[in-house]
Amino acid sequence: MNFDRNLLNAARREWLALALTILLGLLGGLAIILQARQLSAILSAVFSEGQTRGAVAPLFVPLLIILFGRALFSWLADASAGLLAIRLKGRLRSQLVDHLFRLGPAYARGENSAELANTALQGIENLDAYFSQYLPQAALAGLLPLAVLVVVFPKDWLSGLILLLTAPLIPIFMILIGKASEAATRRQWNALSRLSAYFLDTLQGLRELKLLGQSERRADKVGEAAEQYRLTTMKVLRVTFLSALVLEMVGTLSTAVIAVQIGLRLLRGGLGFEQAFFILLLAPEFYLPLRLLGQRFHAGASGITAARRIYAILQTPVLCEPVVSVETLADIATPPQTISFQHVSYAYPGQADLAVEDVSFSLRQGELTALVGASGAGKSTLAHLLLRFALPTAGQIWVDGEGLDNIPSAMWRKQIIWVPQQPVIFQGTIAENIALGRPQASLTEIQAAAGLALLDQRIAALPAGYNTVLGEFGARLSGGELQRLALARAFLLDAPLLVLDEPSGHLDPASEELLEQAMHRLCANRTILIIAHRLPTVYRADQILVLDRGRIVESGKHSALIAAGGAYARLVNVYAGSRV
Amino acid sequence: MKTTLRLLQFLKPFTGWVALSIFLSTATIASGIGLLGTSAYLISRAALQPSIAVLQVAIVGVRFFGISRGVFRYLERLTSHSVNFRLLTGLRVWLYRTIEPLAPAKLQDFSSGDLLNRILTDVDTLENFYVRVVAPYAAAGLTIIGMGWFLGRFDPKLGLILASGLILSGTGIPLGAYALGRSPGKTAVALKARLSAALIESIQGIGDLTAFNRAGEAAVRLNGLGSRLAQAQRRMVWGSAWINAGNGLLANLTMVLVLWLAIPLVANGQLEGFLLPVMVMLVLASFEAVTPLAVAAQYHSASLESGARLFELEQISPALPEPIAPLIIVPPPLHLELRDVSLSYNQSTDDALTDISLRLDPGKKLAVVGPSSAGKTSLIHVLLRLWDFGRGKILLNDTDIRLFRPADFRAQFSVISQTAYIFNATLRQNLRLASAGAGDDELHKVLLQAGLAEWTAALPDGLDTWVGEHGLRMSGGERQRLAVARALLHDTPLVILDEPTANLDAITEAVLIQQLQSALATKSVLWITHRLVGLEWMDEILVLDGGQIVERGKASDLIKTGGLYARLHEIQQRAIPATFSSPTSL
Repeated sequence: MNFDRNLLNAARREWLALALTILLGLLGGLAIILQARQLSAILSAVFSEGQTRGAVAPLFVPLLIILFGRALFSWLADASAGLLAIRLKGRLRSQLVDHLFRLGPAYARGENSAELANTALQGIENLDAYFSQYLPQAALAGLLPLAVLVVVFPKDWLSGLILLLTAPLIPIFMILIGKASEAATRRQWNALSRLSAYFLDTLQGLRELKLLGQSERRADKVGEAAEQYRLTTMKVLRVTFLSALVLEMVGTLSTAVIAVQIGLRLLRGGLGFEQAFFILLLAPEFYLPLRLLGQRFHAGASGITAARRIYAILQTPVLCEPVVSVETLADIATPPQTISFQHVSYAYPGQADLAVEDVSFSLRQGELTALVGASGAGKSTLAHLLLRFALPTAGQIWVDGEGLDNIPSAMWRKQIIWVPQQPVIFQGTIAENIALGRPQASLTEIQAAAGLALLDQRIAALPAGYNTVLGEFGARLSGGELQRLALARAFLLDAPLLVLDEPSGHLDPASEELLEQAMHRLCANRTILIIAHRLPTVYRADQILVLDRGRIVESGKHSALIAAGGAYARLVNVYAGSRV
Repeated sequence: MKTTLRLLQFLKPFTGWVALSIFLSTATIASGIGLLGTSAYLISRAALQPSIAVLQVAIVGVRFFGISRGVFRYLERLTSHSVNFRLLTGLRVWLYRTIEPLAPAKLQDFSSGDLLNRILTDVDTLENFYVRVVAPYAAAGLTIIGMGWFLGRFDPKLGLILASGLILSGTGIPLGAYALGRSPGKTAVALKARLSAALIESIQGIGDLTAFNRAGEAAVRLNGLGSRLAQAQRRMVWGSAWINAGNGLLANLTMVLVLWLAIPLVANGQLEGFLLPVMVMLVLASFEAVTPLAVAAQYHSASLESGARLFELEQISPALPEPIAPLIIVPPPLHLELRDVSLSYNQSTDDALTDISLRLDPGKKLAVVGPSSAGKTSLIHVLLRLWDFGRGKILLNDTDIRLFRPADFRAQFSVISQTAYIFNATLRQNLRLASAGAGDDELHKVLLQAGLAEWTAALPDGLDTWVGEHGLRMSGGERQRLAVARALLHDTPLVILDEPTANLDAITEAVLIQQLQSALATKSVLWITHRLVGLEWMDEILVLDGGQIVERGKASDLIKTGGLYARLHEIQQRAIPATFSSPTSL
């Protein structure tokens, strides 16, 4: 019907709590039957036999006990179901978060971060109703009507038969409508995700919209998007509510049929009042669990839709983790002497074109290798492969004769300092952001690192100094300051390898000059791979690799490449020409 | 209360729909009560074995209510949800309009992940405000009055007991639930906001986290927030699990009490015996009206929380005051002049700009150079009216620009910045932000000018190509050139270049500067840069340091003076190997 194999597997880990919830629901059902019997007995005594209140008073005591018992079971069942769902959600969310981090940057690059975040937060929350309401109710919808039938049949087989015959109508209608409703719910979920991404995009680009004079007009677009969401959701609800309508109709109409039927038989004297009233009290209770299931069907369906996305992420295989068992993992010498790329090719997931193709080169201990080439030539991809954000689709990277995919990624990354082109700033203080690679660093060490990155004076000038909180994208630091913050992060680390992405891109000549000295310090005794767009930083490289459309077209030292008069020489000429 | 009234005001435009939905909601409940009441009546009358004619009315009633209940419910749900979504659309637009004037100066403290969460989660919480708060209360009120009156006709005591039971169930239980759910509910909303911001930032920064081996810790932190959320949710469960039980118990106890008091009425002939079962059924069925109120109170509390947070944004004063009677900006040529302009981001810090004076006449090219943190970005903030300046005056054709609407003034500029924001949309949509009606010919023309013609031609979907989140599927150079194309399309008399080549490689930089030079020949250009490259087409260069203009003049003159410009230039010369230097440079 409406069960998801993955969700059922997840729920199995809480089977005891689930069984307890269902048992409590059954006990509540039993109390309902007893209550109906007691109530019809009292009414019959007064109405049919004309007894006084004094005479029926003893019948009220068990009735009150039953009522309190019923409340107790209901309370415990709801609590048990709620707690069960919270445990399951927590487990799934941490699984999802852990898996996202294992999938790493190569996966996140092709995904929408707002959508991923929304899946991990709201998507998981949407499972709550599935676990706490839908799943237990599905079991009770099967069991409680059965219990009612068992007591009604001996009393009046005709009413029992009506109940028995109408009951299957409910699941049949549910299945019929369920298919349509599930598809509609999926559409609604997609609409919500898109709306969510649209708002994040709008808010992050608000400055750009303002500059283009579009920010006021965008209000209408926001209204349109929300209106679109309304229309999509209403379409879903029209179907979902239709299922509730049909289910409710079956319940109320059957109750009406039973009432008329037993009423007419009472008239002919074929049935006693006590029996008749007992059946009338129980008839709605017979359909109630099925109707509740119908109401919760929507909750169940949105849970399943959310689950589909969650499990799609969870079942994406992790490519950058070693496939071999832990015992065979290699240890590596520190510092590594030679790192060689041999016939390495890589294509990003879901893309046909190779980002790098058949690339071979070596990084030797203490040497500086510079990657040059136009944007999109594959420079960043090579750095990502060295950082093990992804494993080559073909070829191998060797570290002193050991395959890189054989080295535990955490151990490998301890060997590397990465200075990205545009560092991501995390919500937190400047000090915390600098200490990203070494959170246990003391303030003195952080200040020293900021000093080496020429950032300490700027930070000291801030009212809160190192405790200044940085917003999203580091809104309070300029581009050059962000770049230097990335360097400050690097200065805190002690690793033999250094991967730099355009270190001087944002800096003015004065800072660049000072930074040059700091760089020399950072570079000392390290093996370095620089992604360079500015030639001044590469002329001293031990090895220059010129990339074009994913391939190495030239390599060698500056003087040799100039002499060769190839692509590199042309690059240098343009650079010189631009300054004329 | 204030927040509730404020939220109700959003309902005003659809009063008719609201009334209809409340009517349908009450009719649904009445049908339910009617069905069980007439059924009980039918059975107890039949037990007395009257003629079939007596039962005929009851039979029709039973059948009618059996059908009408489902139909009313269906219509009611459709109407109320439709009202609700209209309310939501209104809220979303209202919210955007509230935020828009605050950006970006006043939004520094809200990271956009949190802001997104505010809009979506808070607004989605308010999704429940009409359907689950307003409508149930209105329908319950009407039912309590109706049923209290109906039972009171037999004996005022019975009516009073039923009304009291219903009111106690409708308010006592919700109040209890509210008291128990308030604090964990608040915590949960706050934790969800934090978790959302943390998730977005961790996913966007997954590269940095992975490279620094901090992914594990980030996961631990996220899971820590997750378990704190679970803790708050557990408290919410304990606060709400008794609601259903309590409501059921209260309904049954009221029924027992009514029955207990009604039995003697039968004995002394005040009440027909066959009405006793009817009364029992009516009492039980009436409680359907108040059952949703416990949940309504929870939603009410959550709605107040979310509503208050949204209305809080309204309290922030806009970054720039709008002029009371704004002037219309005259068509070009435009003369822009700054006279002793200063800017301070907040009172506690030093001036970011001090006494800046400059003049930009039509077609003139002005460069502003200086080390980072010299105030170059602040100058842009002032010129684009993103932050209000302090002392001094800015004049456009000798009119104080404070007399223009900031948006109108801003519309005179195109900006090509160092980190252009690329929207998650198609290439065409990204370009058309600058000129909504631009045809493909125009788009291709500006793409050619920006050096993107070849790149666009290679795209299988051409202008319909989707450029991903933050334009991440484009390289830095391509994004930058797209921003150039967008600015060219915007076609304004004034152009600000905010280090547009900062992220480009040498070849692209050189080519782009040449292209800009020809494309912007007729424009007034203000070029902010720290790279002393390609400045020869500038009419004047201002050297900024510590928020002040320290030197000004043509490039060649500035080198002769031997000041800061000359020093920066010399440093840049030294960093470049002799083979690259041309004797005629700068």
